[in-house]
Amino acid sequence: MSRRVVITGLGWVTPLGHEIETVWKRLLRGESGVSRNELFDAAAYPTTFAAQVKGFRLADFLGPAAEAHAGASRNTQFALAAAHIAWKDAGFVRTPPADPARIGIYLGGGEGPIDFDAFAEAAIAGCREDDGRAIPLDTIRWAHRALQRLNAVNELEQDPNLAASHLAVHFNVQGPSLNTLTACAASTQAIGEAMHMIRHGDADAVISGGTHSMIHPLGVTGFNRLTALSTHNEDPPRASRPFDRNRDGFVLGEGAGMIVLEELEHARSRGAKIYAEIVGFGSTADAFRITDIHEEGRGAIAAMRMALETAGLTIDDIDYISAHGTGTQENDKIETLAIRRLFGARAPRVPISSVKSMLGHLIAAAGVVELITCILAIRDGVVPPTINYETPDPFCELDYVPNAARPHPVRTAMSNSFGFGGQNDAVIVRRFDS
Amino acid sequence: MMAPRRVVITGLGVATPIGIGAESYWEALLARRCGVGPVRSFNADGLPCRIAAELPEFSLNDAIPKSYRKAAKVMSRDTQIAVVCAYHAVKDAGLVTACLIGRGESPGPPNVDAARFGANIGAGLVCADLAELAGALNTAVDDAGRFSHRLWGSAGMENLTPLWLLKFLPNMLACHVTIVHDAQANSNTITCGEASSHLAIGEAYRTIARGSADLCICGGAESKVNPMALTRPLLLGKLNTESNPDPSRACRPFSEDAAGTVAAEGGGLIVLEALEHAHRRGARIYGEIVGFGAASNAHSWSRPDPTGRPVELAVRAAMKEASVRPDDVDLVVPFGAGIPAYDASELAGWNAVLGDSARKPWAVCVKGSLGNNGAGSGAIDLATGVLALHHRTVPPSLNAASPPGFRFASSDPADARLNVLVSVTYALAGSQVAALVVRRIQE
Repeated sequence: MSRRVVITGLGWVTPLGHEIETVWKRLLRGESGVSRNELFDAAAYPTTFAAQVKGFRLADFLGPAAEAHAGASRNTQFALAAAHIAWKDAGFVRTPPADPARIGIYLGGGEGPIDFDAFAEAAIAGCREDDGRAIPLDTIRWAHRALQRLNAVNELEQDPNLAASHLAVHFNVQGPSLNTLTACAASTQAIGEAMHMIRHGDADAVISGGTHSMIHPLGVTGFNRLTALSTHNEDPPRASRPFDRNRDGFVLGEGAGMIVLEELEHARSRGAKIYAEIVGFGSTADAFRITDIHEEGRGAIAAMRMALETAGLTIDDIDYISAHGTGTQENDKIETLAIRRLFGARAPRVPISSVKSMLGHLIAAAGVVELITCILAIRDGVVPPTINYETPDPFCELDYVPNAARPHPVRTAMSNSFGFGGQNDAVIVRRFDS
Repeated sequence: MMAPRRVVITGLGVATPIGIGAESYWEALLARRCGVGPVRSFNADGLPCRIAAELPEFSLNDAIPKSYRKAAKVMSRDTQIAVVCAYHAVKDAGLVTACLIGRGESPGPPNVDAARFGANIGAGLVCADLAELAGALNTAVDDAGRFSHRLWGSAGMENLTPLWLLKFLPNMLACHVTIVHDAQANSNTITCGEASSHLAIGEAYRTIARGSADLCICGGAESKVNPMALTRPLLLGKLNTESNPDPSRACRPFSEDAAGTVAAEGGGLIVLEALEHAHRRGARIYGEIVGFGAASNAHSWSRPDPTGRPVELAVRAAMKEASVRPDDVDLVVPFGAGIPAYDASELAGWNAVLGDSARKPWAVCVKGSLGNNGAGSGAIDLATGVLALHHRTVPPSLNAASPPGFRFASSDPADARLNVLVSVTYALAGSQVAALVVRRIQE
């Protein structure tokens, strides 16, 4: 028997708040965290709203220690706060791990945002003559302004491994540290790989999860150009409508989720509270097209199957699925098809929800936040709703737990995440049973 | 629990400033060629550092099937480099993949099962094409000459192609490579700066060892030679700004007069394979991965730990797993950034592990020739070491000064019985460190 891996701490920073229990209650009530974009002037953008983290101050979590991270990106600050909550929950704030070299970090952290105002100013300076006439980019003009305006700390903090690096310092983690950035699948991937890291013996406990904020001008621009975002500007809380026939894209969210994964004996020996056991992970590539998901859900099916195989479970063991469920036409249709193909006759009997209907899409951080809801569903015997579900789609005819949470005993849950370019990940968590 | 499977290296694909493909790279290395020169790809006259190590011209079309040429339009430079490396790695390994069949180089069928073929590719912070983005932003300027979100949101952004964002997602390297070669198993993208490719290779090694895949294409690629990528380390004081007139002497790893690193582009992808799979198809085996270790710098996210502890921890972990003692190490492949504080920290780590060794191992460091491309550097370093093992030759290390602990072949290549190598890389920005141990296999 290989080493078993359990979950001993949970933390998140989300558009619906920063405490595990209050956010969970709000999710069960079907509240939406989506509102008008207040992070920059997006009034003329095709999409004017987002699911933003509100009222966030790192010092509320870290106290005076927050000062050392003042230059950190929004991503990293979310990550530090969420990791602090999880670390404390796991009991490691009171009694730090005995051997820091046996502790690891595995995040799915996004790139830090660029300092847009400074960037735009330098870009424009590089494309204009002194008299204001537009010219193709002159890198000498650009460099002159860029070297004045761009700031070294901000440049450093854009690297996607920086959240993990700040965590290493703050929590004195000296073991393996990794960051994956497989687009929207990143934190699910991180958690799955972290499970293998502990099973193999590379670490005894790992802080894992993800963090991301793309609610910045270039992030919104990029997704708007792809026509991936909902443009339901007249009623933002109703915009994210996974599996509903009238869905028109996803809603950009931001935040972080962190969990502490720990080898079972390590957790037991220190009397840690155990939330659940992580038992399965699958990761595959569609290897199909950059712009489209494989029409038959080939990679998604393979990832879910691989997760079941690693867990030694079958489809009959799965009581609940937290869907990737972005609210784009293509994703929801193909994810439904993939679940149908894999689960066969059982598919309509497994409740499936997408909490993206309430939290928006946290991109790299989406998977971990969704996995935490699976863990809480196992604990409480209730599954969260998919809100804004009004009009059934003939291509999506499964049980999406429409609009109201539902009591439902969950022993084993699967959480799916799929990323642009054909990246598919699935993780399985199970009620802990010694 | 099933015993872990043995994992071997059967293919090397590199794209370096002195040669593309393992063979031409190796020849250039033995010939002491230096890839550092004045920046060619854009006018760098406005920057205090105007030198870099850029790739020779290459044709992407030579690395992909004709049917994929359209998709090549959404590839960043980083992705193109990865795709070129993948082609060379697969060819070198004697694999028949969808790419080679599509190119008409092989009648097929594939000799690798797509469902058992994974990819684990390190990537950097992929930079937007500045000319394209700046030009678009310049269409949204108000009367006062300032950028206007209103103008941008209502019209300006349409100057970017719809697929603009897809070009710059770091996982696009792996996505394009897996599509081109039809690799559908475990797939991951590690983004940990210079540590990326060792971490990716280490993870692929674990994936194959536990039986989740039979082969993996792994390593990393990045281009740091564009205005934004060059400016970033410049602002952080990591680049040599004093050697513009003398590029070939710019990067001087472990030298007393080291004055900073040199930005580069390049990549390395290697084919890792389960030993029995390689035997079954009669593949050439370069060596066996026998140890992997990783650690993090808990001292700082922006400066090296002067005690060298993170390097020490990673190397120790890798050597422990490999059951390799300091006296067994024949070849050291250090990172050698050419930045004094980083080189000193790295040396402290190596000395802590190898200090009590009676012998002085050989070493090879190629940063003097190739500069530092970020995510692909580690894979090139490892490939260099593996080629040295394979040819039983220590190639010269341009501009590198031998520290007390090990010896570089400074001028001529040295013939040596090399069986075990240890290689380490670390992120220059961030805290990740990773080490690998490779052992030559007697055939």
